[in-house]
Amino acid sequence: MKTAVIVFPGSNCDRDSAVAVEAATGRAPAMVWHGEAALPPVDLIVIPGGFAYGDYLRSGAMAAHSPVMREVAAKARAGVAVLGICNGFQVLTEAGLLPGALMRNAGLRFICRDVALSVERDDTIFTRRYRAGATVTMPVAHNDGNYVADGETVARLEGEGLVAFRYRENPNGSTAAIAGILDPARRILGLMPHPERAADSVLGGTDGRALFEGLADSLAA
Amino acid sequence: MRARIHITLKHGVLDPQGKAVGQALAALGFAGVGEVRQGKVIDIELAETDPGRARESLREMCERLLANTVIEDYEIDLTG
Repeated sequence: MKTAVIVFPGSNCDRDSAVAVEAATGRAPAMVWHGEAALPPVDLIVIPGGFAYGDYLRSGAMAAHSPVMREVAAKARAGVAVLGICNGFQVLTEAGLLPGALMRNAGLRFICRDVALSVERDDTIFTRRYRAGATVTMPVAHNDGNYVADGETVARLEGEGLVAFRYRENPNGSTAAIAGILDPARRILGLMPHPERAADSVLGGTDGRALFEGLADSLAA
Repeated sequence: MRARIHITLKHGVLDPQGKAVGQALAALGFAGVGEVRQGKVIDIELAETDPGRARESLREMCERLLANTVIEDYEIDLTG
């Protein structure tokens, strides 16, 4: 499995993501700077956490229009898997690759702690190593994680089974406690929790590792 | 030509920052403060001199970047 990790000015989980991907796949990802107009041939694109462009205007808004994102959108349309973590999820919504928006946390506090999540389905390339209904623990670290979408969009997400992860206890006011969503083809996942920060026991948790291992199974070339 | 763009959260979208500002105003002793909503103001200078074309171009800027129309409304004022 070949992977590209996109690096924006202000990304800070790009290296953690690369370590988690390499541990699961045995291959170091290509680190691709945001100004690049082309991506190497890959099976997976990771948009990592951080504060791309200092969150200017809105979290993810500037990054969504950087040159590399045109190529990410084109690859996504061609079926390449895309994983957006935290700020990466915000970038995917701002780019229109996933619906809705991530607003300021309802409690107005930056939240940085482990949270319990329910795995909503286990028949996707991202979640096949989990069991539907299982509870997994991953850290969140965000100011803008409050998932908002109009009623019709939320009904569609629920009706089509596009909610991948849900908070067991809603930390940030997200609609329907949504922590992560899929696109209709289930090739794009955006989630606020950080699986890459829970992918090695020295980090204090390993529940995120299965996400990268599932991708490695699914996308093995 | 100059323009001022006002960006506010849509009605019905909870504004936690506006709510906190309202609570702070009450704590400072300002009586009778109702709902407070917080937004953004963006001033833009344009080379365009035709108001219609300027407005159309600003509308596109709002739709594509300046506002997130999932959660925000925008208003365009041409200021001269």
